[in-house]
Amino acid sequence: MKNAIGEFTKGIIKENPTFVLVLGLCPTLAVSVSVANGIGMGIAATFVLLGSSLIVSLIRDFIPDKVRIPCYIVIIATFVTIAELCMKAYSPLLDRALGIYVPLIVVNCIVLGRAEAFACKNNLANSFFDGLGMGVGFTLALILISAIREFLGAGQILGHTLIKGFEPVFVFSMPSGALLVIGLLLGFFNIIKNKKS
Amino acid sequence: MNIQEFLTIFISAVFIYNVILSRFLGLCSFIAISKETKPALAMSSAVMFVIVMSSAITWFVYRFLLVPFNLTYLRTISFILVIATFVQFVEMVVRKISPQLYRAFGIYLPLITVNCAVLGVAVLNIDMFFINGKAVAGSFYYSVFQGICVGLVYTLAMLLMSGIRERLEFCNVPEALKDFPLAFIIAAILSLSFMGFNGFKF
Repeated sequence: MKNAIGEFTKGIIKENPTFVLVLGLCPTLAVSVSVANGIGMGIAATFVLLGSSLIVSLIRDFIPDKVRIPCYIVIIATFVTIAELCMKAYSPLLDRALGIYVPLIVVNCIVLGRAEAFACKNNLANSFFDGLGMGVGFTLALILISAIREFLGAGQILGHTLIKGFEPVFVFSMPSGALLVIGLLLGFFNIIKNKKS
Repeated sequence: MNIQEFLTIFISAVFIYNVILSRFLGLCSFIAISKETKPALAMSSAVMFVIVMSSAITWFVYRFLLVPFNLTYLRTISFILVIATFVQFVEMVVRKISPQLYRAFGIYLPLITVNCAVLGVAVLNIDMFFINGKAVAGSFYYSVFQGICVGLVYTLAMLLMSGIRERLEFCNVPEALKDFPLAFIIAAILSLSFMGFNGFKF
């Protein structure tokens, strides 16, 4: 049990996929215009991570080593298609907001990276918690970035105005604002890391 | 199919919706491999070739396999499989024909499979040039042309970025900003300059 908790929590801070491993950046930057989009993307990616980790760990003994990457990709693409169809059916607005970035979860390096680095070597329970932890870590990172961007770029968070009379800085809603925010956040986390060590 | 349409695709792919700097496709490789100009150039030529070819192949797959059999929901799976197979095939051919080129590409070739730009352009082509499951007139040429434009943009962005980063190598930057954070901040400024083209209209 202790092991499982360790696998779960490491994805959130110590090995956070966005800020520590610096993986899967295209969706992170592109959809983080508003917190709602960020949460939607995070949930979709967590679902795909969880599903693919489970399946890869279940059939890890049957996959020949040489063709393992294509196998992983097919498994991941299946879960992405499920997520895509569900999103189209239940939340068409979110689907339109996320656009091509939903099918692009297939090539999100976090998902393939977890399958290759963890799920193919570990048992079902550990892979489950690893996938869940990474997904939660990814979602939290997305929420952090999108909250900063939505607040600075539109003066709101989840559609609610926080400070009256706050003049939004429009550039943070633009792509270049995303790059700036993540660059500064990475630098900020580096300062904390350097201080600790 | 007319010249104006091609021009619109070119301008919007290169300037207005710059694939890397405003759509963020292929950002991982853009940040990771842009430290020096030479590998950046090798990577972008490989990416360009794969993007152009895969946008042609995926068009055929979508038009003649998925649409007639009503299987359009299999788009993501079939596209990524086609791209993965094609990259593997290119790798084998290059290794056989020109070991020198193969060494120049090195690990970059297999990495292209998971480059979002390749799948992204394939999906974008379908979104833009198929209306309600029907191909727009000349959509094949548009798709290939968009692939070429995106490849050019990728090369341009890689060259700009690696040139800047090569010069920054000798600068004294704050410890915490070294490497990744600084690369993102440079990309932010580059993206800001491309935003100036946003007002372009035809």
